[in-house]
Amino acid sequence: MRPYIREKKDFGFADIPENTSFEAGYLTTVNSGWRSIRPVIDTSKCVGCEQCYLYCPDGVISINDGKAVIDYDFCKGCGICAKICRIKAIEMEAERK
Amino acid sequence: MSRKFLSGNEAFAEGLRLARPEVISAYPITPQTIVVERLSEMVEDGSLKAEYVHVESEHSALSCAIGASAAGARAFTATSSQGLLYMAECLYYAAGGRFPIVMMNADRSTALPWNIYGDQRDSLSQLDSGWIQAYAENAQEALDFALMSYKIAEDKRVQTPYMANLDGFVLTHTYETVDIPTREQADKFLPPYETDNRIDFENPKNMAFSAGPDTNYIFKYKEHNGLLAAAEVVNEVEADFAKIFGRQYTGLTENYLTDDADYIIVTLGSIAGLCRETADKLRSQGVKAGVVRIRYVRPFPNREIADVLRNAKAYAVLEKDISFGNEGTVFTNVNSALKKAGVDVPGYNFIGGLGGRNISPADIENIYNDIANGTESINFIGIGGEDNGE
Repeated sequence: MRPYIREKKDFGFADIPENTSFEAGYLTTVNSGWRSIRPVIDTSKCVGCEQCYLYCPDGVISINDGKAVIDYDFCKGCGICAKICRIKAIEMEAERK
Repeated sequence: MSRKFLSGNEAFAEGLRLARPEVISAYPITPQTIVVERLSEMVEDGSLKAEYVHVESEHSALSCAIGASAAGARAFTATSSQGLLYMAECLYYAAGGRFPIVMMNADRSTALPWNIYGDQRDSLSQLDSGWIQAYAENAQEALDFALMSYKIAEDKRVQTPYMANLDGFVLTHTYETVDIPTREQADKFLPPYETDNRIDFENPKNMAFSAGPDTNYIFKYKEHNGLLAAAEVVNEVEADFAKIFGRQYTGLTENYLTDDADYIIVTLGSIAGLCRETADKLRSQGVKAGVVRIRYVRPFPNREIADVLRNAKAYAVLEKDISFGNEGTVFTNVNSALKKAGVDVPGYNFIGGLGGRNISPADIENIYNDIANGTESINFIGIGGEDNGE
């Protein structure tokens, strides 16, 4: 997997590219503000099969020590991972704000 | 160099063959169709090595060109009128993404009433989309625009798409003798397209991304500067062009007998020739008449317009356009140029040629007479007359 590049950068005028292309994987802001339900992984059940990683449309699931990990800074709460998980290791829970 | 008898559309296609576009996507529409027909023949006979993509609409045509440009290819499309309007969303994507696509637009009336004939309301309605906009006067200039367009659009200082406009029928379908440069000359003039603004598997990039309020305005400012930079690049490219091809163009505007002129018509496109002929006639009668032809409406020639009109007694802006509820858009732009430069000369707007109505020599002569004597601010040529432009 490609590593995340997430350290905050300060952009000056000269750092802004001339066109709309920039190094892959660099996201300037978190993007999950409209999520109303969040996937929560039961790590005791998770077997690290990577199905959720493959299906996640936002690419926010990674596998760490054989278990799925969700990046909540970018997860939109669509629930596809919970649907695809055959062993029901992922539950969708209401956001508490 | 060879000489051929070609229509404006065909001349543009010949110029494009020499410019070696790698992807061509287009959807046919009168009066643009012939340019894409000729290009498809060139691809078929192997004289133009390009992917020729059949698309299902103009929106798709430009989207395809954007994708091709994002893959690093030199891309071309062409359209007209309603097709350009259907592309409108993608015009902004191409410009904001800084994809130096070239498009030929056959200037044509917009509906309703439905009409296939030439006027400039289609392209002038898209001045704010961020494209360079050039207006050809004749078939030779159309061919030369095709060759120069990529060199201007792809310049690192510019990185902006380029719309070459040809007056529908009057230019697209009228045959003239045209010089066609050799392949060797063209290759010497125009190198292959190279860019970092492309999909690259070795060096992955996010393409065509979002930018929020914290940075969005900076992208827009840079886009604006890119278009402004085109003014100087046009001059440089035309100087290079003259060295290789022997034809020297005159930058954003072309002046005719303006040095001592009292009365000047500012116009664009194919009607400029008739204006010059009329100026010659009036000069022989002792009237100091002149003509300014705007070759590029974006970037707008603010300084050139102010300089040339500064000492005139009156000017007219003759355009095939009306921004309903106000005036012709070119008139607005010209007036702004003068205001910014502190030039105070009486100016009048003449709206002509809408829906392909003929603009006659007498119409042009009347414009010179009207501005010498003072007239309404906005004048519709033919309204109140009895000849329907026949």
